[in-house]
Amino acid sequence: MKLMLFAPELILLLGSLLLFILTLTADGKTARKMALLIGLAASIVSLAALNQTGTLFVKAYQVDLFSQLFKALIAIGMTVVLLFSGELKDITPRMKPEYYLFLVLSSLGLMMLVSSVELITLFVALELSSFSLYLMVPMRDDHQGLRSQMEAGIKYIMFAVMATGIMLFGMSYLFGLTGTTYLAGLATRLPSLITEPAAIAGIAMVLSGFLFKLAVFPFHFWVPDVYQGASNETTSFIASVPKLGAVAILIRITMLAAPEGAMIVKMLVICAVCSMFYGNLAALVQKDIKRMLGFSGIAHAGFVLLGLLTLHKEGYATSIFYIIGYVLMNMACFLVLCQVSKSGENVEISDLSGLYQRSPLLAFTLATGMMALAGIPPFVGFMGKFMLLAGALQAKQLTLVVLAALNTAIAIYYYLSVLKVAYCDQPVSTDSIEVSFGTKALSLGLILAIITLGVIPGQMLALANQAVAAIL
Amino acid sequence: MNEGFPLLSALIFLPLAGALVTMFLPSDSAARAWALVVTTACALLSIPLYTGFNNGTAQYQFGEHHPWISAWNINYTLGVDGISLLLILLTTIIMPFCVLASWRYIAKRVKAFMVCLLVMECAMIGVFAALDFVLFYVLWEAMLIPMYLIIGIWGGPRKVYASIKFFIYTLAGSVMLLVAIIALYLSSTPHTFSIPMLMGGAYSQTMQILVFLAFFLAFAIKVPMFPFHTWLPAAHVEAPTAGSVILASILLKMGTYGFLRFCLPITPVATLTLMPYILWLSVVAILYGGFTALAQKDMKKLIAYSSVGHMGFVTLGIFVLNRAGIEGAILQMINHGVTTGALFLCVGMIYERTHSRELAQATGIGKQMPIFVTFLAFFSLSSLAFPGTNSFVGEFMILAGGFSRNLIIAGAAIPGAILAAAYMLRMLQKVIWGGVDNPVQSLMDLNAREIVTLAPFLLFVFWIGLGPEPFLSVMHTSVTHLLEQVASAAKSTAVAGLLP
Repeated sequence: MKLMLFAPELILLLGSLLLFILTLTADGKTARKMALLIGLAASIVSLAALNQTGTLFVKAYQVDLFSQLFKALIAIGMTVVLLFSGELKDITPRMKPEYYLFLVLSSLGLMMLVSSVELITLFVALELSSFSLYLMVPMRDDHQGLRSQMEAGIKYIMFAVMATGIMLFGMSYLFGLTGTTYLAGLATRLPSLITEPAAIAGIAMVLSGFLFKLAVFPFHFWVPDVYQGASNETTSFIASVPKLGAVAILIRITMLAAPEGAMIVKMLVICAVCSMFYGNLAALVQKDIKRMLGFSGIAHAGFVLLGLLTLHKEGYATSIFYIIGYVLMNMACFLVLCQVSKSGENVEISDLSGLYQRSPLLAFTLATGMMALAGIPPFVGFMGKFMLLAGALQAKQLTLVVLAALNTAIAIYYYLSVLKVAYCDQPVSTDSIEVSFGTKALSLGLILAIITLGVIPGQMLALANQAVAAIL
Repeated sequence: MNEGFPLLSALIFLPLAGALVTMFLPSDSAARAWALVVTTACALLSIPLYTGFNNGTAQYQFGEHHPWISAWNINYTLGVDGISLLLILLTTIIMPFCVLASWRYIAKRVKAFMVCLLVMECAMIGVFAALDFVLFYVLWEAMLIPMYLIIGIWGGPRKVYASIKFFIYTLAGSVMLLVAIIALYLSSTPHTFSIPMLMGGAYSQTMQILVFLAFFLAFAIKVPMFPFHTWLPAAHVEAPTAGSVILASILLKMGTYGFLRFCLPITPVATLTLMPYILWLSVVAILYGGFTALAQKDMKKLIAYSSVGHMGFVTLGIFVLNRAGIEGAILQMINHGVTTGALFLCVGMIYERTHSRELAQATGIGKQMPIFVTFLAFFSLSSLAFPGTNSFVGEFMILAGGFSRNLIIAGAAIPGAILAAAYMLRMLQKVIWGGVDNPVQSLMDLNAREIVTLAPFLLFVFWIGLGPEPFLSVMHTSVTHLLEQVASAAKSTAVAGLLP
C-alpha cells in the first residue's frame, strides 16, 4: 500500500490540478465548491492514513505518526478556513479560482514539509508552501487605491527571501560538516560536533528559516504589515495553518541539537523572551484587530519555544499541543473577524462594539478565543501554557518561566479590552449580523474543541507524545 | 476515597448543569425562577455536608479522587475539612439570596446574568473543595470571567474601569501562584499536585520564602490586604448588588482560605519568618480601612472600606498562629460573609428605590421604611462587633489570640474596633434620623421578597452571636491539626522559638 503513504498529498496534488483547469474556465463559486470538496477529502483521507508508516523517495520522505498527525491538522485547518472565509468578499473576482488553487498548493507544500527528512526536500516543500502565500497576499481588492496589499506582499517576499537565504547558508554548513543532507545522518554525526561554532551556526541559521515562518523575534518584521495588508481570509490562513508546519520542522531541527545544545538553547531562550515581551507590549497599543492578533501571535510563538528549548520529548509534545490549541483559538477569533467585516475591509477593535447585542454567538466565540489566547482556564490556552511552564521549569529555566508568567499578566489587558468592547460597549450599528448555518456550526465546534481540549487534554497530549516518540 | 454518593461533585456540577439549562429557557422570568430553584437545591444538598461531617478527625471527608491528566499526575481530588466546610456552606446558602436580590435589580439580559451567577457558584464551591493544586488553580482563575462579566455588563457607570481593574489585579496576582505551584510539584517526589501530600514537605528555607511570597501576592490581592486593596472599592461600587454580595461574602474569603490551606501547612518556616510583617500589614489594614470608611459619602464604598478593615482582623487572627486566633479568624470569615453580604443587600434595596447610593440621598429614610432600618440597624451593629452579634465573638477571639501573641500588635488593632463603631454609627444615624432634606418623599418599605432575603442573615447574626458552638465545634480538630503541622515542620529550624 505505497499509495496510502502518499494519499493525502496526492489528493491535494490532483485537487490543485483540477483547480488549475477551473481557473481557465470557471468562476469563484465552482472553484470554492471544488476546494471545499478537496479539503474535505484530504481531511478524511489524512485521518484514515494516521497510522501509516514508511519511507518514500529514496528515504527523503518519511511517513510516521508525527507527520501524519500534522497532515491531518493541516488538512482540517485548511478546510475550516475555507468554510468560514465564505465567498471571499475581498478578493478580486477574476482571481478567485486562482486564490483557491494557491491555497490548496500552499497546504500541499506544508504537508510535504512535515514529512521531509532531507534538507533539499525540506527546502522545496517550504518554498512551494511559501510562494503560494506570497501570491495570495496581493490578490486582495484594491480598495482605496493605496495598494497596501501590494506593499504587504512585497514586504512578505523580501523578508522571506532573506530568511530563506540564511537558511540555505546554514544548510550548506551542515552539509559541509557532515557530508549528508539527511536529517537521520545529521543526527548521528552532529552530536560529536555540536560544540563546534560552525555546527552551532549551521543549526541556528537553519532554524531561523522556520522561526521566520513561526514569526519569532527577530524574524517577525513581516507580521503586522502582512496581517494588515492581506485580506481577512488570507490572514486567517497565514496566521494559523503554516505555524503547524513550522513547529513540526522546528522540532525536527532542534532535535539535532539535543542533548548537548546549550548554545542553541540559550539562543532560543533569548528569542522566546524577546518575542513574548515584544509581541505583548506592541499588541497593547494596536487598534486594528488583525495587527493586534499578529503581535499576539509573535508572543505566542515565543511561548511555543518554551517547549522546544527543553530539548526533551515531553517538551516537544507540549509544543505540539500548544500549537494545536493556538490554531484553534486563533481560528475562533478570525472566524468572528471575517463575519463582522461586511465587505472584507479591515476591522478595528472599536468596530466590535456591542457585538454581544448584534450576534451573541459570535461574541461568545470571540470571547472564548480571546480568553483562551489569554490563557484563562478552562480553555485550551491555559492547559497549554501550564504544561509549557511546567516543562520549562523542569528544564531549570526559572528566569524564563517567571518572565513568561509575567507576560501572561501583560497580555491579559489587550485581550480583555476586546472582550470589553464586545460585551460592555454600546453597538455602533444596531443591525444584527447574518451568520450562515455552517458558520454557526463551525463556531460552536471551535468553542467546544477549545473547552474540551482545555478540560480533558489527556488524549490529545498522549497523541502528541506518541507522535514525538515516533520520530525519536 | 470515592465511597458513597459524590456529594461534593454534585454540589459543583449542579449549578453548572443549571447554567446550561438556563441558556435554553424561553423567558426572563423562567430564568429567574430556575436559578432560584437550582441555588436552593444546592443549599439543601449541602446540608448533609454538615450533618454527615465527623468533628473528631482532621482527615479530609467526603473525598473523591479520579485521575484527570495522568501524564502530569493531575487528579480530580475533592474533600472538605473543618476549615473549608463552613465556607462551602456559606457559599451555597448565600447564593439563593443573590438570585433573590437580582430579581428586579437586573432588568436586562437576565438569562445571561443567571448563567454567570450559576457558573460562579460552581467555581466557588470547587475552589473550596479542591485538593489538587491544578484543579484549584483552574477554578480559581475560571471564576474571573463570570465575575468580570457581572461587573462589566450589569455594573454602574464606571463598570468598565472597575471590571478591568478587578480582572487584571487578580490575574496578575495569580500568575506567580502558578509558577509556585509548578515549583512545588517539581520538588516533590514522586511529583504530585496533591495538596495534602505537598503539606509538610522538606523544602529549603529559600524555596519556602519564595513560594510563600508567590502565594502571598495572590491571596493578599484577593483578601485584599493593604496595600493591594485598591481594586476592591471600585469593584464593589460598580458591581450590581448580587455581584457585591458574592465579592464580599465569598470571593474575599478565598484569600484568607488560601493562607490557611496553603501558606501555613506548606511553607511553615516562611510563615513564621514573615509573620511579624504580615501582622503589621494587618494592623495597617484595620486602621486604614477604618479611617477611610469614616470619610466615605457613598454607602457601598463605606462598606467596601470597612471590609478592608474587617479582613485585616481575619489576617491578623490567622497569623497570630494560635488556636484562638485561627478559630476566631475562620469564624470571622463567616461573620463577615453574613454581615457584609447583608449590608450590601440593604444598600442595594435603597438603590432600587432612590437610584443613589449617596449617604446624603438616603438620610432620614427611617420614617418611611421602618422595617428596612430595623434590619439595617442590626446588621450595622453586627458589623461594629456589638456584643450579642456574630462579629463580637469573632473579633473577641482574634484579639484574645492577638494579646497572647504580642501585646503591642493587638493593642494597635484596638482602635480599629472603635473606628468601626464610629463609621457604622455615623451611617446609621444619618440613614435613620438624618435631616429631612431627602428629595424622594415616598419610599415603599420592604416587600415580602426582600424581607425573606434579609431575615435569614439576621438569624445567622444572632445564632453565631449567641451560640457559636455549632460553628466552632466543626473546626476544632482541623485547626489543632493545622497548628501541629506548622509546629512540627518548624521545630528543627531557627524560627521555632516564635511558636506559642
